[in-house]
Amino acid sequence: MQKVFAKPEALIDTTFHFCPGCHHGTVHRLICEAIDHYQVREKTIGIPGVGCGVFLYDYIHIDVCEAPHGRAPAVATGFKRVLPQNVIFTYQGDGDLGAIGMSEVVHTANRGENITVIFVNNNVYGMTGGQMAPTTLLGQQTTTSPYGRDFQTDGYPIRMAEMLATLEGVAFACRVSLHTAAHVKKARKAVFKAFDMQLKNMGFSFVEFLSACPTNWGMNPQQSVERMEEEMMPYYPLGTFKERTAPDYL
Amino acid sequence: MGKIVIHHEGCKGCRYCVDSCPRELIYINTEQINILGYNPAHVKDDPEKACVGCSLCAEVCPDVLIEVYREKKGAKKEHA
Repeated sequence: MQKVFAKPEALIDTTFHFCPGCHHGTVHRLICEAIDHYQVREKTIGIPGVGCGVFLYDYIHIDVCEAPHGRAPAVATGFKRVLPQNVIFTYQGDGDLGAIGMSEVVHTANRGENITVIFVNNNVYGMTGGQMAPTTLLGQQTTTSPYGRDFQTDGYPIRMAEMLATLEGVAFACRVSLHTAAHVKKARKAVFKAFDMQLKNMGFSFVEFLSACPTNWGMNPQQSVERMEEEMMPYYPLGTFKERTAPDYL
Repeated sequence: MGKIVIHHEGCKGCRYCVDSCPRELIYINTEQINILGYNPAHVKDDPEKACVGCSLCAEVCPDVLIEVYREKKGAKKEHA
């Protein structure tokens, strides 16, 4: 018998610290598969923001530089300009990218920096204890919105992929989900595409993952997967919102 | 025909693999508690060789603990 599926080489053989049912591990694996596929492990630099993904250096065999909260795209810009031959990606959650780091990611995308941004959208601030994030759905109860999110006081959830797709500097913007095996396979294609875009110097590539946070949603993993299907996906439609075919777009 | 191997030590019992298996060959072993304190997933005995090595369980495993083996004929390339 032939081995058809195993841990990617770039993934360190250790146990993740993530909660049961958390999709961060799947995102880590997909990034590692892309790194292995394009054979760029020795020249890849990962930049995690602050959040549950911050321990990237414990799990992937690459160089990692921690960024201050929300500033990962700014750090990545510096890396890419100094080391243009290297593959640079950031790994950010929704509190990091959608709230405190909104300005950085929008301007980095607008400049068309040739980096890849991996955005894990789980509707809450996961690491700090489930506070309301900019992506929290209307009516969703969190520790800072105990009566549910109300648009009159808290505004509406932000759709980052659509927003960044309107910017001229963005080469690739898409949203994928991770709640079934079929969606994970589509997500892998999106990650490969984003890395491919960067290797071809096409510009800024952005992949948004819908993921579950069973601990802070107060659900078991099965209920959280159902919630993703029933509540998240109607508000956050999946798909590719922008895909550039040539680097000289002007 | 195929075979899967689950590394129980890192399993957190999220049941994603149990729900994904189309042949219902995976179960949560409530008799056992692993080093993390969870009931890990196990593979049922497979005398009828029902497992085809479809890798759906491995795709959904958030902790990447499942290895999948398949007969060479018609086998896809690794990570293709």
